[in-house]
Amino acid sequence: MEVRHKSMKAFGESLANANEQLKIINNESNLPHFDEKYELVGEGELHASNIEIMQVNVGKMCNQVCKHCHVDAGPDRKEIMTKETMQICIDILKQTDIPTVDLTGGAPELNPNFKWFVDEIKKLDRHVIVRSNLTILKESGFQDLPKFMANHKCEIVSSLPFYKKTFTDKQRGDGVFDKSISAIKNLNELGFGKEGSGLILNFVYNPVGAFLPPSQEGLENDYKRELFNTHGVVFNNLYTITNMPISRFLDYLVQSGNYESYMQKLVDSFNPSAATNVMCKFTISVGWDGQLFDCDFNQMLEMNMDHGAPDHIKDFDMKKIENRRIVTAQHCYGCTAGAGSSCGGATA
Amino acid sequence: METYYKPEDLPKFSKMSEGSPELWKKFSDWYGAVFQAGALSEREKALIALAVAHAVQCPYCIDAYTQESLSKGADLEQMTEAVHVASAIRGGASMVHGVQMKNVNSKLTM
Ligand code: SF4
Ligand code: SF4
Repeated sequence: MEVRHKSMKAFGESLANANEQLKIINNESNLPHFDEKYELVGEGELHASNIEIMQVNVGKMCNQVCKHCHVDAGPDRKEIMTKETMQICIDILKQTDIPTVDLTGGAPELNPNFKWFVDEIKKLDRHVIVRSNLTILKESGFQDLPKFMANHKCEIVSSLPFYKKTFTDKQRGDGVFDKSISAIKNLNELGFGKEGSGLILNFVYNPVGAFLPPSQEGLENDYKRELFNTHGVVFNNLYTITNMPISRFLDYLVQSGNYESYMQKLVDSFNPSAATNVMCKFTISVGWDGQLFDCDFNQMLEMNMDHGAPDHIKDFDMKKIENRRIVTAQHCYGCTAGAGSSCGGATA
Repeated sequence: METYYKPEDLPKFSKMSEGSPELWKKFSDWYGAVFQAGALSEREKALIALAVAHAVQCPYCIDAYTQESLSKGADLEQMTEAVHVASAIRGGASMVHGVQMKNVNSKLTM
């Protein structure tokens, strides 16, 4: 597969369109519907419970164009959250006790109000997670961010699909591994990833292809050993994440002829104990324009919160959001396969 | 039968239980236990299986353990080295039998 320099949207590719993606993933007639399978968990339909995380997608712009990106992010994407929408998020945080705000994108750092937003959230004494792709921290104009994030005690969660260059660059672009290692060195110097520093640096592994992730614990040991021995860098935890059959990864699956066997693999690996902990149960996802979703994947499929829950933050109502019924489709099998998958890694 | 090996036959592996369910159960319990992480990691075990699959030249096992190695966290470099190990042992096993040839040769020739 060729290296990408722009999003699918920039080329007007059909799978840039959420409806076209849904047509494919919901049209697999010989697979059971996710809701049917979820009944095996024994809790009835999938519902949310206490909200612990507000995940805010502050924009789809990114300096990278990774092949598997579920956001179809890239330098050409113009969708960026405004300061006004950020202010509504802050107001919601003031009214609630949601303890954690998880900032994602695109590259969240590319939002011109990123620092202001982090400042405001920290004033409310909430925990901030920044999903940083690492390479952005080496770009000019962004090199002060590690220090800024250290001062604000942000937790950094970064994709590093392998502890070696080959797989990483294949998925994320030429030179990404070396640049990432250089950024990790800067972060380590500030204390990120070092025991006792209180500054957390976690990595995310996701398979570079149509297969499921290995056990989180075993792979974390491999990552720690190899990254330390080869590059002298350290980190806290590794999260293994399954690739969701949406957006650019869906495009890859279809183009490579792996789509059907991958979906079958996800369904065959359905794990009820992973399913009880899917992240939508305790997360709300805010889109760049303030729309509300059950998770970032539903956001990209334009499947807003529903079943009586508000679909935009201007109508935020915690009572209607807690215990809401989750909007599902066949991509949800990506969260429940094997050891499970979420923004915090395995769930089983 | 136009070919002995068909990809769609691999998922039929468990049909081997028909005829002797007790033996199949013993086999599959043992097989499952063998591949669990122990003194060796799951990744290392998958790579050994991949190497053996090449030594015994079983297409089913090569397919299954390439997938398994990837999903246990191995990459192409590690899998290729595993295949080299299998090949080296196969080649080495032939070569070391040259000693037998030399024994016979020295007995029979002046
Ligand atoms: S760094 Fe993240 S947001 Fe950017 S293209 Fe890669 S996967 Fe997508
Ligand atoms: S894809 Fe989203 S809605 Fe579906 S199970 Fe996963 S987190 Fe929940």
